Amino acid sequence: MPHDHHDHLSPSGHPYRQDNDSGLTYWQTMEIAVRELLVEKGEVTASQIADQISAMDERSPANGAAVVARAWTDPDFKARLMDNASDASREMGFDIGPMHLVAVENTAEVHNLIVCTLCSCYPRNLLGLPPDWYKTREYRSRAVREPRAVLREFGVELANGVQVRVHDSTADMRYIVLPARPAGTEGMDAEALAALVSRDSMIGTGLPRTPSST
Amino acid sequence: MTRAPGSAVKIRALSPPGHIRTPHYLRGKSGIVERVLGRFKNPEQLAYALPAPKRVLYRVRFTMQEVWGETAEAPNDTLDAEIYEHWLEDA
Repeated sequence: MPHDHHDHLSPSGHPYRQDNDSGLTYWQTMEIAVRELLVEKGEVTASQIADQISAMDERSPANGAAVVARAWTDPDFKARLMDNASDASREMGFDIGPMHLVAVENTAEVHNLIVCTLCSCYPRNLLGLPPDWYKTREYRSRAVREPRAVLREFGVELANGVQVRVHDSTADMRYIVLPARPAGTEGMDAEALAALVSRDSMIGTGLPRTPSST
Repeated sequence: MTRAPGSAVKIRALSPPGHIRTPHYLRGKSGIVERVLGRFKNPEQLAYALPAPKRVLYRVRFTMQEVWGETAEAPNDTLDAEIYEHWLEDA
């Protein structure tokens, strides 16, 4: 399921994307009208809007990976992260806006998985844009109904006795999984550890890489 | 009155129209308050640009057994969701 998009590939192996030469939808027209009005009335400038889009596009899972690696190496920071993940992220210099972030910790007994069944809530202000599959009805419905089957399809094999905790982002909070630090990483610094932290490991659909797999 | 973490709660089995952030699959189900998240503007009004009073938001933890019954994949796994105070009643 994670990679079910091989069906429309060009001869060069790139997916086709339809040209957007159909008419605008109602909401696209509305967005353009409101945006142009805001610019015309001097509320915002076109370049401020472009800058904001650019800032959103530049956010990446690397920001979250840095937060995770710091928590692995700094117990006091980890305590602050578990208490208030928004403030802990800001403390590291990440501008996450007004986002309310909750960190949930994977341990030897618990594996956490994040989903938004109602739409596609995701900690974009820290991790950047969500993967396409995160927004599909299939992931959103199956993650709460059969999370273990979903995890197996993502290649996550849980040890016997591990409890799965699914978190449905139904309202104002956003969630990040603090994965368990992989074995064999003793002595690695935060920068080296951050390279092991995949995007999926912060959603719960993956585990961090191990030093031997990188 | 704010409900304390650990309180047993039940999600109201209502089906009002509009922008509702309480998923259907949890309505009528019982769980435990995992933590109190604070007060947030009620999205049911906010979505329509209406005056939106702040309501207490809770994180409620359910067992998969409670949510899916006998067909649960693993009965002791859990599911947490954020639920507004006006959707909760005593369990």
